[in-house]
Amino acid sequence: MTISLIAAQFLSGLTTAMFLFLIASGLSLVFGIMRVLNFAHGSFYMVGAYLAWQVVTWLQPGPGTFWIAALAAGAGVALLGGIVERLLLRHLYGVDELYQLLFTYALVLILGDAAKFTWGTDQLSVHRPPLLAGSLQFLGTTVPTYNLFIMLLGPAIAIGGGLILTRSSAGRLLRAAAYDREMLGALGANVGALYTGMFVISSFLAGLAGALITPIESVVPGMDVQIIVDAFIVVVIGGLGSFWGTFWGAMIYGQTLSFGILAFPQFSVFSVFALMAVVLIVRPWGLFGRPLR
Amino acid sequence: MSAPLARTLTRPAIPAIRRVPWTLLVFLLMLPLPWIGSRYDTFLATQIAIDALFAVSLNLLLGTTGLVSFGHVAYFGIGAYVCGILMKTYGLPFVVALPAAGLGAAGFSLVFGFFCVRLTKIYFAMLTLAFSQIVWAVCFKWDAVTGGDQGIADIPFPDMHWMDAIPAIGGLAENGRFYVLTLILVALSIAAIGQISRSPFGRMLTAIRDNRERAAFIGLNVRAYELSVFVVAGGFAGIAGALYGIFTRGVFPDYVFWPQSAQVMIMTILGGMNFFWGPPIGALVLDWLNQEITNYTQYWPFVLGTILLVLLFALPGGMLGGLVRLGNFVQRQMARRHA
Repeated sequence: MTISLIAAQFLSGLTTAMFLFLIASGLSLVFGIMRVLNFAHGSFYMVGAYLAWQVVTWLQPGPGTFWIAALAAGAGVALLGGIVERLLLRHLYGVDELYQLLFTYALVLILGDAAKFTWGTDQLSVHRPPLLAGSLQFLGTTVPTYNLFIMLLGPAIAIGGGLILTRSSAGRLLRAAAYDREMLGALGANVGALYTGMFVISSFLAGLAGALITPIESVVPGMDVQIIVDAFIVVVIGGLGSFWGTFWGAMIYGQTLSFGILAFPQFSVFSVFALMAVVLIVRPWGLFGRPLR
Repeated sequence: MSAPLARTLTRPAIPAIRRVPWTLLVFLLMLPLPWIGSRYDTFLATQIAIDALFAVSLNLLLGTTGLVSFGHVAYFGIGAYVCGILMKTYGLPFVVALPAAGLGAAGFSLVFGFFCVRLTKIYFAMLTLAFSQIVWAVCFKWDAVTGGDQGIADIPFPDMHWMDAIPAIGGLAENGRFYVLTLILVALSIAAIGQISRSPFGRMLTAIRDNRERAAFIGLNVRAYELSVFVVAGGFAGIAGALYGIFTRGVFPDYVFWPQSAQVMIMTILGGMNFFWGPPIGALVLDWLNQEITNYTQYWPFVLGTILLVLLFALPGGMLGGLVRLGNFVQRQMARRHA
């Protein structure tokens, strides 16, 4: 157990954690404000990855290609999310929560096959942007610069998002909607527009996360199902609806995965679900969540 | 005595439709299939019967008690693996392995359910999902006992030689005999679940579904009732799983993966979760559609998702719910015409 091994695992865990935070933050916020647990969030992530690959394939390779592709992917998924929310989801708000959950699951099925139909079943990958193609030495281990970028992007979004939530008027509306949406509507805020906006932002984050992961992991069918379970675990640990909870939940989960594989390679798959079960048994609302009324 | 009052006193306490022995009728209707249908039909019908039991057991939780469980497939899988392991690895007869599977599944649902019923709504659903994935992870990784990701193959059919003596059935091949056996077991299980739903215990469950707080206020031990129904539902799911393992001649971790929980939930809601016979009808339609559509295209999930969307937006009561609405509409039109 050398320093460099620990450092390597820690940094790898940190990268995983920041990706998970990017993905899970949208999921958590949508649940906190709209009380909808969006199974299709993983599908949005997958569509973002495929869109990024598609844009990169269409454009001439160049210094800015990757970044354009990432933003385009985020925007594309945001548009998809907006359409889904406005046309379909909003008709289910008054209905049983179960129906909303099943609706998002129907989206998972549909988007999964749509992606398979459009892009086939081959593994696709995207090259790292030339700006971040190098690597650094840190405590005896090599860290790709791209991973470092992700490790910095996570906290940046966390701090930025936290500031928006606490300091801006839009953020205040969002927090109010999470607390008591009926009252907020009675006070005159356009709760419908708020919901659409929230869903669009959440989809953007998912799509962006999908785009950003393409240089590290290949794009395959089934990545939607894989990531959504991880995202669930993160939001459970951190607390459904809590932004900072998702951040720390992602940190805990990322490092558990990273060091858990070292310690118990046989049981890593088992241990993450055991962790989720333990949190739900002992403290269902996670680290920072509020007990559901 | 006025006419309306007289009519009230002479009206039967239980409406006619309830007094029909539906389980017996459906059983008799489906029994002749091996003789009049093809081997393929029998195969499909066996699958439908097993899925019908699985869905009815889920509906005990979902429709009757209002418990949304995303992890019901765990008990199906436990039943499948217990029966498969006992029959293949230990060579025990079916008549021992099946009850063991049901009891094993019920035992696990007791342990898991104890923790789950302390939670409500989304947390309950997520904990059931977590336990279900734990079961999957164990099945996936415990190579020594469960065969790991390869599963256990070549599970033997139960010994059905005792059927030789029975006049018509003795002439059937193995899968025909297994179909008859499955049909009998499923019919008995569904009849038992029906008895439970109609009993005072079942009434308490619907009271809990309608308003959990009020049920607690009138003195019901809500958690005890929820745990009991969780165990019963789990046990019957285990029996369905055991039958499935034999039917497919193998048990694999895929059987316990969480989309299977979603699939059985879709079946239940497709048929109509407010009706006792909704889930079996949903199982029939979904399994039949699955077979037909996978003949033409590999994009069955897309079709399933679309069906689910149509269901959620156009037919929230499921197929039976839609039929009831149609029936009411027709009745109203006819009454209007007579008025």
